[in-house]
Amino acid sequence: MTRESIKAAIIEIINEIVPDEDLSDLDHQKPLRDQIDLDSMDFLDIVMELRKKYRIEVPEEDYDELSTMNSTIDYLLPKMESL
Amino acid sequence: MSSNWCALLKYDVIIIGAGLSGLAAGIRLAHFGKKTLIMERHYRVGGLNSFYRAGGYDLDVGLHAVTNFNSKGLKSAPLSRLMRRLRIKEDDLELCPQKESRITFPNVSLNFNNDIRFLTQQIEESFPDQRDGFIRLIDNIIRMSKDGFLQKADSGRKFLKRFITDPYLLEMIICPLMFYGNAREHDMDHDFVALMFFSLFIEGLSRPQKGIRAILDLLLKRYEDSGGELQTQSEVVKIKLKDGSVSGVITGSDELIECDAVLSSAGIDETYNICREVGNNKLITPGVMSFAESIYILDKKPLELSIDHSIIFYNRSTTFKYQKPLEPINVDSGVICMPGNFTYNEPQTKEEIRVTHIANPNYWIDADQGEYTNSKMLWHDRSLDAVSEIMPSFRENIVYRDMFTPKTIKRFTGHTSGVVYGAPDKIRDGMTSVNNLYIIGTDQGFVGIVGAMIGGVEVVNRQLLV
Repeated sequence: MTRESIKAAIIEIINEIVPDEDLSDLDHQKPLRDQIDLDSMDFLDIVMELRKKYRIEVPEEDYDELSTMNSTIDYLLPKMESL
Repeated sequence: MSSNWCALLKYDVIIIGAGLSGLAAGIRLAHFGKKTLIMERHYRVGGLNSFYRAGGYDLDVGLHAVTNFNSKGLKSAPLSRLMRRLRIKEDDLELCPQKESRITFPNVSLNFNNDIRFLTQQIEESFPDQRDGFIRLIDNIIRMSKDGFLQKADSGRKFLKRFITDPYLLEMIICPLMFYGNAREHDMDHDFVALMFFSLFIEGLSRPQKGIRAILDLLLKRYEDSGGELQTQSEVVKIKLKDGSVSGVITGSDELIECDAVLSSAGIDETYNICREVGNNKLITPGVMSFAESIYILDKKPLELSIDHSIIFYNRSTTFKYQKPLEPINVDSGVICMPGNFTYNEPQTKEEIRVTHIANPNYWIDADQGEYTNSKMLWHDRSLDAVSEIMPSFRENIVYRDMFTPKTIKRFTGHTSGVVYGAPDKIRDGMTSVNNLYIIGTDQGFVGIVGAMIGGVEVVNRQLLV
């Protein structure tokens, strides 16, 4: 998967969890949780959806890597580029 | 235990009971790829909150109102968070708020709606010196709601007394909280008082536009679309252990179904009874609080009879007795629900009134058929006599009536003694002495249908998905 397709995958997951949020203007540098109303359980669901859909494990100590869209893509790229 | 059973099937998780907690837990498990089976002994889902057809009418049982109405549409509200966990749109529940409800005691009535400021005003009018304490109580409970109401076990009455110094007002406030969810006689746990106060008075009450059936259909569809399986008319008679862990369940038709974990909404006591190996590890005090409910279909809308409240909680004496009564039914207090008097989006033809009283489970369960039938007639009348003292009479307008008793509840839920709110001591986290056996539902102590679903989801999140 490319950076673009990983981004699309993340957007799709967030959209399933919080369908009423407008995700079109996300600033990729800023923390997701400052821009979208996500609580810690929503966040955990993102991790679980990644596991379900792409069989990617994100260990708890790596959760900080998923704070902005760019850092999330950076973190997931090595795990997802071969998919 | 012999090993003659030949297991044909193997599941990741078996859930006992297709009530609200079992369905919610099942949705989470199935959604995240666990092979899940819900086993329900009744032919229909819903458990304590279900529906039936009798006399040509569709009737709901259990649910008077849904608590935790999210009137401001806050994403952080418990109901909103729960629906996100289930991937169900909150709007699809079609919840319609109450109009106005009432707590009525001798000489004083307090009205309330889904805006706590209105109840505060009502209190200011009848109990002027209690207003400030009541506002501090609200603030305190809102703060507690942010930490998930985790408090050490303590008396709920003692907690309320810190803010409400007038004993009469205290009785009036605790009455609805107890009726809508208290498993304990006389007192209520501190955290449950706060949780119920928040759910009922601060967030408020609503009903689904199309009744409980619509919510059950929504949950069941979501569960099955996620790949979850359901077997109705299928009873678990034994939870089978191997080396101290659950290895499967034995069904009523003597089949073994293997699984890696069991979630049981049957109740703590009831679950330990089918899992004898753990029976002596914990001493369970069974609950005794059960109820009888009369369902009346009228030839007119309650509004046309000047009955305009959504729900009325009443008590005929100055102290409120929340305890198992000596007589079959205690008509000195009760809850009267007018399902038609909610603010529906589409007009409803609900010409129905439901009256709930505390009942003595032993009497109704032990009565023989003849006495049972006669007693139902007698107590319908006594209940109507009591109710007509506090609201306009609708006796002449009844075209159909039915009553369910603790015996009915026992039959449909399997709860010992037909208890509605389970055992007084709750297991919040669902953990038992067997590592892969968990309690969900009533005996987790999250009350109401919203609470039941939250409980099921939390056990799954904490114990089975991470």
